[in-house]
Amino acid sequence: MTKKNWFLLAILGVVVVAIPPFLGSYFQHVLILIMMWVTMATAWNLLGGYCGQVSFGHAVFFGLGAYGGGLLHLHWGTSPWWGMIAGPLLAVIIGIPIGLITFRLRGAYFALAMLALGETFRIVFINWEPVTAGAVGMIFSRTWGAQKLPYYYIALAVAALSIYVVYRLVHSKYGYYFVSIREDQDAAEGLGIPTTKYKLYALIPSAFFTGLAGAVYMNYIAYIEPHSVFNLSAISIMMMLCVMLGGAGTLWGPVLGAAAYTILSEALRAGIGPLAYLIFPIIACLIIMFLPDGIIGDWGKIKRVFSRRKPVYAGGE
Amino acid sequence: MAYLEIQHVVRRFGGLVAVNDITAGIEQGEIFGLIGPNGSGKTTLFNCINNYYTANSGEIVFKGIPITRKPTHEICKLGIGRTFQVVKPLRRMTVLENVMVGAFLRTSNATKARDKAMEVLDFCELMHRKDMLAKDLPIADKKRVEIARCLAGDPELMLLDETAAGLNLREIEAAMEIVKKIRDSGITCFVVEHVMKFIMGLSDRMMCINFGSEIARGTPQEIASHPEVIKAYLGEEYVEGG
Repeated sequence: MTKKNWFLLAILGVVVVAIPPFLGSYFQHVLILIMMWVTMATAWNLLGGYCGQVSFGHAVFFGLGAYGGGLLHLHWGTSPWWGMIAGPLLAVIIGIPIGLITFRLRGAYFALAMLALGETFRIVFINWEPVTAGAVGMIFSRTWGAQKLPYYYIALAVAALSIYVVYRLVHSKYGYYFVSIREDQDAAEGLGIPTTKYKLYALIPSAFFTGLAGAVYMNYIAYIEPHSVFNLSAISIMMMLCVMLGGAGTLWGPVLGAAAYTILSEALRAGIGPLAYLIFPIIACLIIMFLPDGIIGDWGKIKRVFSRRKPVYAGGE
Repeated sequence: MAYLEIQHVVRRFGGLVAVNDITAGIEQGEIFGLIGPNGSGKTTLFNCINNYYTANSGEIVFKGIPITRKPTHEICKLGIGRTFQVVKPLRRMTVLENVMVGAFLRTSNATKARDKAMEVLDFCELMHRKDMLAKDLPIADKKRVEIARCLAGDPELMLLDETAAGLNLREIEAAMEIVKKIRDSGITCFVVEHVMKFIMGLSDRMMCINFGSEIARGTPQEIASHPEVIKAYLGEEYVEGG
C-alpha cells in the first residue's frame, strides 16, 4: 500500500473507533449491521470474487454460524458467546464436505448446487424440531441489554479481522492461485495448481467468517429462527449484491458495497416500506448493465461520466 | 528407456479415434517435432500427456514414472510444462502476475516468485509488457506469456503447442530464437507445429501423424521428402512428381 492509502486507512480507523459512542442508539444499530455485512461480503468475496466460485448459498454458513452457539445453548445451556467459536467452526466443518462435492462442478452448476444446499439447510432446520427447535427458533438473553456499543466493537473487530485475513491471503501465493482459478481453471491446472484443493482453501476462511458474522448476529439480535438466518434472498443474494455493488475481487469493494447496501436498505425501509424489495432487484440489474466490476472496479468509468468533456473535433466547430 | 515414453496411446471420442496407437520416445535435451494436418490428433496427444484427457489405453512414462492417470497439476509438478495452442492467458492479471503464478510452483514466497518471474520475463524479452493486463496483449506477446509462465515453473520438458500459429514472419523468427534458447538452457522440447519454417528449422527429430496414426518419422529432411507426408499434406498426385 502507498503512503496515502495508509493515511486514509488510519483516518478510517480513527473514525470507526472514536465516533460511534457519540451517536444515537439507532445509528449504532445501523453501524453494527454495516460491520456484519462488511464481514459477510468480505468473506463471500474471497471465494466468489477472488477465486471465482460464485456461491448462491452462503446463508448455509451464516445460519450454521448462528446456530452453532444456539444449539449448544439449547441443549447444554452454555453461554451464547461460545457461539463465537462453535458457530464458525461448525460452518467450516460442514463447509469442507460441501466444497469437496460441489467443487467438482463448474460455473453455473456450482452456483445451482449451492443454491439448493442453502434451501435444504433452511428446510432441515425448520423440520428437525428435536434438535433445532424448529420454526419457532430460539431466544437468548442479551449480555448487555439494550446497550449497543459493546456489540458494535465486537462486530467491528470481526470485520477488521476478516479484512486483514483476506488482505494477507490475496497478497500471498494463495491469492495468486485463487485468481488464476477464476481466470482459467484449465490453465491453472496446467500450471501445477491443484484447483479443487485451492478452492477449498478459499472456502474455509470464507465459511469461517460468514459463520462468525452469524454468531455476532445471534448474540446481538438474541433471536434466531431458520427462516431468517438461512434465507436465500435476504442473506445469500444480498451478500452477492454487496460484493457486486462495491467490486468483486477487490479488497475494499465489499466494504463499500456492504456499507452502501445497509444504509440504502435502512433508508428505503423507513421511507417506502415493503416497496424496498422492488428496488434491490432493479439496483442489481443496473449494476450488471453499467458497472459489472462494481464501484471500485469501474471507478475509472464512473470518473469519466462525471468529468465528461466536450469531444474535440478536428478543425474546430 | 527414453526420457518421455509414449507407448501405444489410444484416445477415442465416441466413434472417432483421435489418437490411434501412437508410440514415441523423446530423448533428454532434444527438440522433438510433431506435425500433421488439421485434426490429425496432435493436440489430443498433448492433452493425453498432461492428462487433460485420459488415454483410453496405452501408457505414458516420464523419467521412469508412469503419468498416464496422474492429475494434471501433479504432472506439471514432475516437470512437464505446457503451452496452449489457443492461448489461455489469465486475462485480468498483469503479465508479471501471470508469470508469478507459474513461479509459485517451486516456491511459496511471493518475493522469490517475483524475482524468478522477472528473470524469466527478461529471458523471454517481455519486460516492457510486465504491467499490462494479459488480455490487452497482442497475440505474439500472449504466446510469449504462455512460454514465460511455463518456464517460471522450472520445467524439464516443455510441450509447446503451435507457438508459431498466427504469427508473422518476424515474430516466427523471434519465437524460434526463444525455443532455441530454451533448449540451450537444458530443457527438452516437444513441439507441435503447422508452420514448416518453424519446425523444420528447429527439430532434431520429427514425427508426422495423420488421422491419429503415425505415418513417418526421422530427421526434418527425411520427413520433408517422405511420400506419405507429401500425400497427407498435398494429395496423392504430388507424390510421383516430388
